Amino acid sequence: MAGISRRDVLKNLAIGAAGGSVMQVIPVEAAALAHRMVHNEKAATPGGNYAPKYFSTHQYATLLLLCDTIIPKDEKSGGAVEAGAPEFIDLLTSENKDYQLEFGGGLMWLDNFCLDRFEKTFLDATPDQRKEVLDLIAYRKNALADPSLSQGVAFFSRLRNMTCDGFYSSKIGIADLEYIGNTALAVWPGCPPLPQG
Amino acid sequence: MAQVIRSPQKYDVCVVGSGAGGGMAAKILTEGGLSVVLLEAGPPVNPEKDYKMFMWPYDLPHRGVGVGGKAAENFGEFLAPNGAWHIEGEPYTSAPGSEFEWFRSRIVGGRTNHWGRIALRFAPVDFQSKTRDGLGEDWPITYEDIAPYYDKVESYIGVFGTAENVSSAPNGVFLPPPKPRCSELLIKKACDKLNITCIPARLAILTKPLNGRAACHYCGQCGRGCVTASNFSSSQVLIPPAMKTGKLTMVTGAMAREVVVGADGKAQGVSYIDVATRAEKRVYARTVVLAASACESARLLLNSRSKLFPNGLGNSSGQVGRNLMDSVGSDGWGYVPELSKMPPHNHDGTGGMHYYIPWWKYDRKNEFPRGYHIEIGGGRDMPGVGMFHDVAHQTEGYGAALKKSCRDHYGTGVGFSGRGEMIPNPDSFCEIDPVVVDQWGIPVLRFHFKWSEYEIRQAKDMQETFKSIVETMGGDYRTRTAIDGNHPFGIQSGGKIIHEVGTARMGADPKTSVVNGYCQTHDVKNVFVTDGAPLVTNPDKNPTLTIMALSWRASDYLLDEARKGNI
Repeated sequence: MAGISRRDVLKNLAIGAAGGSVMQVIPVEAAALAHRMVHNEKAATPGGNYAPKYFSTHQYATLLLLCDTIIPKDEKSGGAVEAGAPEFIDLLTSENKDYQLEFGGGLMWLDNFCLDRFEKTFLDATPDQRKEVLDLIAYRKNALADPSLSQGVAFFSRLRNMTCDGFYSSKIGIADLEYIGNTALAVWPGCPPLPQG
Repeated sequence: MAQVIRSPQKYDVCVVGSGAGGGMAAKILTEGGLSVVLLEAGPPVNPEKDYKMFMWPYDLPHRGVGVGGKAAENFGEFLAPNGAWHIEGEPYTSAPGSEFEWFRSRIVGGRTNHWGRIALRFAPVDFQSKTRDGLGEDWPITYEDIAPYYDKVESYIGVFGTAENVSSAPNGVFLPPPKPRCSELLIKKACDKLNITCIPARLAILTKPLNGRAACHYCGQCGRGCVTASNFSSSQVLIPPAMKTGKLTMVTGAMAREVVVGADGKAQGVSYIDVATRAEKRVYARTVVLAASACESARLLLNSRSKLFPNGLGNSSGQVGRNLMDSVGSDGWGYVPELSKMPPHNHDGTGGMHYYIPWWKYDRKNEFPRGYHIEIGGGRDMPGVGMFHDVAHQTEGYGAALKKSCRDHYGTGVGFSGRGEMIPNPDSFCEIDPVVVDQWGIPVLRFHFKWSEYEIRQAKDMQETFKSIVETMGGDYRTRTAIDGNHPFGIQSGGKIIHEVGTARMGADPKTSVVNGYCQTHDVKNVFVTDGAPLVTNPDKNPTLTIMALSWRASDYLLDEARKGNI
């Protein structure tokens, strides 16, 4: 389909649809083509050699590890890193001063916390040590018991949200949920039969 | 700086604003044979280029939330070009203690590009509410006066719905409604048990081809703008036929500043800033129609001060800017496990709800005057940024358990938005700020706003209703609201529902109102206001359909007066 732009397709869709004034003729093929072309235009280059816009190399490596820990790969779908969540977080953080404090400062907090405990950064800590830290900051009740954790809990909560954002706005995340739609239908079928009982 | 650049031509009418009210006036007036110059502060809209129909979140690097995540505040970057709460260089101010948010849409078509397409008639009683309960004012016109225009607007723009004979929600000229989604079927079932009326929604979306426009293709993305114009917008449905007459001159990037008045006390035209060059320009017209949005039109009138009209044009009553109303808004959502039993299926449908809850307690004694309707949503919507914040907050933790929780919760949420009637009060109005001007040098608005106990009790009732519906569905109502503070029972700040109206109220008495029943200012016969400003009450029906009906009616009157030589 080289040489045809998304613009052309949308134009054809508009003309085709307007032409179908008697029958409900919807150019489904044109819509499907539009989808494919948008994908191709935007075909991203995930992971690998991404150069972070905001985070330092060390911070970005920490972010990758955290993202994949928050939403890991499983038997059904890939993890948050494969879905591009770290790039998404880095891009938005590079543009937003509040995020720079929340995520840039938050990652510093995490390293400070690990250095105090283990004399190692989060990245250099052992898997067991990392789990110990995350199990502390992943739950609000821990900050109630130990107020010195509250900044870490707040940071992790924001990062968890943003990782979910990056994952569930990706092709992988949307497929994981088995969303069906974003397409043109000639007839709206309504709700399939409700399960009985 | 160069002097004022004056248009050589004198038009029959200058319309300010190209949204629902201005677009309708431009269409009716040009089709009636008048020459019209239309001033629009924003740029033209180009559906093919600007509308993001069929895009996925991952098609944009910011996944729909814009640079720095900041577009989320203005409903995200997938929406049709839609305006913003805060515009660089165009501030407004709020009086101490007042919270009012003003959404402005500077683009051809205005807010009709992205609106929810909810097209509800006001009911007969809505025009005579004061007679009924002693609050506010009655309209100078009745339902019978406006009903033929509701018929005309619905027939022209296309509205789906069903005749249900609900007295708070009159029947209209309807296209067939779409079948309900699963979430809506379950809500309807619960409402039936609770004796709450739940009926097919009424949206300005084509379920059949109409006037050369194609039927809906059910992608669920009306808010993004529709390339096939299967939903209503002024930019695609009102402006093109006006253009076709050859009688319409559209000037974009034209920020209206003042209505110019002659020594005879009649309007001569409109001064505006050409935003591209910052030059002051002026167009001359025999009649001026303001449809810049309720508050923007009030601002224009108040800024049009002259020796003859020292308090602003059309303001001998002192009512311009007064009676500012928004809809009462409170939202909530619940988790409904029953929905998790549904197999994956296409849930998109038309943009917006297929079913809704009209005001159903109109024949009872309630703890508040007037009423509200409930808009419903939820189910297997297209995933995107923000969808799982609540789930993540409640699940906490990380890893496989979190991922499973998101998967299990997907499609199981149902959402409710209560939209109710505010009673005008003396603490809610806009006026010209004595100090601040915008980047065009135009004095800005200062807002005063206060919800009364009436509105707060309505919000409380909304929250209780949402909860009872969710629990009747076997679900868990998840929204928690405070009972005090600035947002008791989840009541949103003034302006947030974007139904601000009332700032140039119509009435029979020039001492207490700004315009007459034909939207014509009492003080200056060749000035009309055809946006939300003339609305006397703001019932629980979204105002756009009524704005269009009033604008059509005012335009017919204007044509008639022009023929008689009265204007």
